[in-house]
Parts: sequence; structure tokens; C-alpha cells
Amino acid sequence: MAMTQSNTAIFSRPESMQSTVTHYCPGCTHGVIHRLVAEAIDEIGARDRTVGVAPVGCSVLAYNYFNCDFLEAAHGRAPAFATGFKRLRPDMIVFTYQGDGDLASIGMGEIVHAANRGEKFTTIFVNNAVYGMTGGQMAPTTLPGQVTSTCPVGRNANEVGYPIRMAELLSTLVTPGYIERVAVHTPKHIINARKAIRRAFQYQAENRCYSMIEVLSTCPTNWGKTPEEAVKWLDKEMAAYYPIKCFKDSVREGNK
Amino acid sequence: MPGIRIDKNHCKGCELCTQVCPQKIISMSKDITVRGYYYAQVHDPSRCIGCKLCAIMCPDVAIEVHSHGTVFELVDY
Amino acid sequence: MARILMKGNEAIAEAAIRAGAEGYFCYPITPQSEVAEYLAKRMPEVGGVFLQGESEVAVGNMLFGAASTGKRVFTTSSSPGISLMQEAISYIAGAHLPVVFVNIMRAGPGLGGILPAQSDYFQSVKGGGHGDYRLLVLAPSTVQEAVDLMMLAFDLADKYLNPVMVIGDGLIGQMMEAVEFPDSDPKQNRVNLEERKWAATGAKGRDPVIIKSLFLDPLELEENSLLMDKKYEQMKKEEVRYELYKVSAKNELLVVSYGTVARICQTVIDELESEGVSVGLFRPITLFPFPEKEIYREAKKKNIKTVLTVEMSTGQMVEDVERAIIGAKPVKFFGRTGGIVPNPEEIQGKVLELIGSMKKRSTSSRKRK
Repeated sequence: MAMTQSNTAIFSRPESMQSTVTHYCPGCTHGVIHRLVAEAIDEIGARDRTVGVAPVGCSVLAYNYFNCDFLEAAHGRAPAFATGFKRLRPDMIVFTYQGDGDLASIGMGEIVHAANRGEKFTTIFVNNAVYGMTGGQMAPTTLPGQVTSTCPVGRNANEVGYPIRMAELLSTLVTPGYIERVAVHTPKHIINARKAIRRAFQYQAENRCYSMIEVLSTCPTNWGKTPEEAVKWLDKEMAAYYPIKCFKDSVREGNK
Repeated sequence: MPGIRIDKNHCKGCELCTQVCPQKIISMSKDITVRGYYYAQVHDPSRCIGCKLCAIMCPDVAIEVHSHGTVFELVDY
Repeated sequence: MARILMKGNEAIAEAAIRAGAEGYFCYPITPQSEVAEYLAKRMPEVGGVFLQGESEVAVGNMLFGAASTGKRVFTTSSSPGISLMQEAISYIAGAHLPVVFVNIMRAGPGLGGILPAQSDYFQSVKGGGHGDYRLLVLAPSTVQEAVDLMMLAFDLADKYLNPVMVIGDGLIGQMMEAVEFPDSDPKQNRVNLEERKWAATGAKGRDPVIIKSLFLDPLELEENSLLMDKKYEQMKKEEVRYELYKVSAKNELLVVSYGTVARICQTVIDELESEGVSVGLFRPITLFPFPEKEIYREAKKKNIKTVLTVEMSTGQMVEDVERAIIGAKPVKFFGRTGGIVPNPEEIQGKVLELIGSMKKRSTSSRKRK
């Protein structure tokens, strides 16, 4: 517990985040993740050489909320997009910000190969178990039994299989250096998520490895829950299926 | 003496901050903003300990935390 | 620089290097994999980026990202691969980015075959992706012309901030011919990023650059499409290129053909000339912008009785030729597809058949008088 004398703001909006009010629904934790990413960019002092790649999905408008160059990829193609960019500008900080429909469904090919090539960019993968922007359809990460607009009686694993655990899947690849799953539904989890996101950007700033942070996030509107119920549902249901832990950190394990 | 400032126009009335405040001093307004949301407000500023949990939780970065004098870093944020 | 004997695919690769390309993303596909094999060695030599992606879908989007840096980037592929890149091409056009695509065409549809064809004319000229956009399409008929058009393609892509497509059929890729390169050092033609105001070079001392094609406000989206349309109108005014071969007042018939098929038609024209039959050739080099006025001007001449379009397809450019001639003269078509390259004899047979039928009709009409 440190003590400092100050009479200024001890918590305020990061410089890499614009002050525009987001279009996200009340209680949607996309906003929290945006802030954590912006804070990470501020802390590695890279705002003026960072490029974000937005997916297609709720965060397609992310470029309105960040204070750095931003590009908008086709649905699911952000990892390929970022590959092309980073390869030609390895001196810049590049990150993809993707949802679960974008990354784990249409973009599965792109994310697996970008990770397997060890592209030196960072992926922030927001897992909220549904397709948000299009109105709450079933996603590859929808939980068994979870009701969505395209599995109205609940996801039937015998029919459409079980949800995909992306962090585990990518951590079976040899090349990617840092893969961690975090969550942002309580301050405690947000603080840990912030450390993980910060570490991912740090590793990129040191040009070490590919890093992916899977962030469990809420979607009150499409889950049909209040923000408070959504947070509790995530804690009880999602966190049970998607263990919140670090799967791989070869930098800390000393071989990257 | 620490305190917070909530930007009414950014608040979407999600109430998450009211849940996480350890002092239970944040509650929702009775009137609505131009966007049609009830907004969060502190009903007992003197008991604020500047722990920043409300600001950490806020999905819309609507809360700024200030401190005058000694600040106890309760949370490594 | 000395003339060297080079395979088309490799000449295209070297031309891009000389044009200052700094990034090449590819996926293997016959009949143009040699481009990738050549650049796998050559790109690192000049400090450029070479990367083989996991699919053409990924490659198209790698180009989208790479072009956003402002540097010159390109890819080469063949028909089925180019189909997979159509989504990215539409995005790249909508985001006003310069990228060069090369399609060494093979016979389709579907997996089709690996032999040369020209059956992707519609896909490239009319647009294979969604939305209002066009590609500037260049069609070389020799390996040397492929080299020249590749270098031109990068300049035109930059001039219009629009994707440009060079389409050659499998022959161009696989043929070896003598070529000459401008002896420019590759680094000389590389872009200076400071001048690329639209590129994402990092928001240092400026507002963030946003490169996107999403415009939820319909007025903004229409404005974006009209901005693109203005470019295409400008292309129609300034970029039309074509070649005439033995076109004269003596011609009885005008052949319209592009790419390597045009060279076969030249052989036919030479042989017919020695037999006293005069036929001219109109060879479009830009397929978009299509030389409509010029074809109309030639076809309208009194001496021309018929126009014959010859393609390695079941007839695609013929529709644009008909549109250009608007009924002034009858437009006939001859084509082989499936990978079969038409030989001079069968083209000559078609020409003579057309000229013969014209003579019979004109003599019979005289009898009726």
C-alpha cells in the first residue's frame, strides 16, 4: 500500500481513448476492454505508432473510440489484415480487436495461421458467447443449453457441437508466445485483465512473440439480462466453461 | 479527502458502479439525461475512500477519481 | 539493359520488384506458382516482404492490410484463387487503396483445368465482388508487354488509389520470351511514406487515419461510391489503350481479340493477306476502360462488313464489342475454351466462312434487283 501526496485525478480516461460516448449497450463490458487496451497503449508510450484493426461486429466502430490510426478489416480477416500490415511495418504496434463470431467462426482459419506463424501483433479476443451486433445469434462460443436467437431452445451440443475454447486451442500451437484468458465482469478480474493486456502489448513492444488475450465479456442485451445479472451469469456459467488462467507465457518461461 | 466525478452524459445507467462501491454511496438519479438514462451519483461524498473500484468497473469511463492530500493506494491499478 | 530470355511468370515478378513493390503475398496455384518461387528468393534480396498465406482469402486480406501502410504491394494468382480474393478486392476498392492483382487465367468454371483461358473477363471487367466498383484491367499479349503493364499497373493504382488487375492467360505465364527491363534500381521506385497522407503511418502530430469501407449513413456511402465513379470516368477519358494491326481501308472484316489470342489472329491476318484477303485486328490492351469509341470508329468504316470477336471462352468480351458497335455492323464470335488454344486454321476458316457468306448475300441481292 503506497502513499502519495496529490490532489489531482488518480483515475481518468487514457489518452489513447477518445471521449466520444460509445454506442455499446448499457453494462456491456466492451467499454472496459477498450479502456484497458487504451491504457496499455498509453503505458508503452506508443499511441502515435499504434494501429488497431477492427473486426465486423459490435466493435466494428472501435475506430471512433481510440485515439490512434485504425483500420477496419473484413469479417474474420483481421489477423490476415494485421499480418500484412505488421510485416511491412514491424516498427509499429499492431493489434486486432475481435469478437467471437469474427475470430472463432468465419475467421478461424486466419487466427490459427496468424498465431501459428507467430506474427508479432497482439489479438484482443472478446468472448461474449453470442453474435452481438446482429442481434444475439448463436456463436461458436455459445454455452451448451444457452438460449440465443438461433438456438431458441438452447444450444444442443449433439446437434451443433460444444463451444470452442480458443485460448486452449491456440495454446496447443508451438509458435504463439503468450496466451491468456481473462475476464472483465468484476474489478478484481478487470485488474488482472489489465495486467495481461499490458503484458501482451509489452511483449509486442519488445518484438518477442504473438500474443492473444481472450476476454470473457458480458452482453446484457442479447443475454436478456440486466447488467448486474449478466455479470453474475458470466461469473457462474461462462467462467466455469472457460477457465480464467494463463495458458502460455514463453517469455516468462524464458524461452522467447 | 478523495472523491469521484461522474460525467452524466457518459453514464448509461447500467448501475454496475453501485454494485461494486464498498462504501455503498453511489445510487441512481431520479431524473434522466438527454439520452434518456438515469445516471449514477454519489449520495454521501464524505465517505468516499478513493478506492477507484467504481471507475475500474465503469464500461463507459464516466467516472474520474480525485484525491486531495494523502492517497492510499488500496488497489494496484 | 540486355534482353534476357525469361519465363512470363518470372518476368512479371521481376517487373514488380523494379516497380518498387515491397510486399508480395501469395498462395500456390497452377499455372503461376513460379512467381512465388521466384520471389521467395528475390524479395528478401531487395529487403521486401514475401509471405505465403493459408488461403487466397487470407492473402487478399493481407494485401488490404499491407496496402494500408502506404507501400506498394501486389499478388499473383489464377482464376479459382482470384475468385477467393473478390471480397478483399471489393473492400480494397471501397477503401481507396492501391493494390496490383495479377490473374494468370486458367480454364474454369469450378476447378476447371490448368490450361490457359480467358473466361475470367466478366469477373475482372464487370467486377467479381459486391458493390459499385470497377478494376482497371490490363491485358498483355507478350511477356515484354506483361513486364511493361506490370510497371504501369503500380503507377495507375497509385494515380487512382484503386486496385488494378493485370490479366494474362496461362500462356503468358508459362511462355519464355526475350524481355528487357528498365535498369531502375528497385529501391528507386519505392514510395515515400511521407507523401502517402492517406496511409496509416501512426497518428504522430495528426489526427488518427481511419481506413474503412463501412459508411452506415447512406448519404456518406453514396458519396463514397460517387467518388469512386468519378475515378472510373477519369479512367475512361485518360487510360484507354489498344493496338491496331494491319487495319486499312482494304479490310473487309475486323477482328477484335486480346492477349495471346490476338497474336494468333495476327498470324491468320498475315496468311490471309498473302491470299489477297484483307482483315484488320483491333486489340484492346485496357479491358476496363474498354475502348468503346475506338472500336465503334473502326467498325463503322464502310469497308468493314462484319466484326469477329475471337476469345478463349464461350464469349464474354463479345458483349462489350456489341455494346460498342451498337448494331452498326453484325458482330460474330469464335472461341475455344476448356484450355484449348484456337489454332490459326480454325480462325481462318471462320473468317473465310464469314467473308464468303457476305459475298454470296451481296451477289444474291444484286440478282433480286
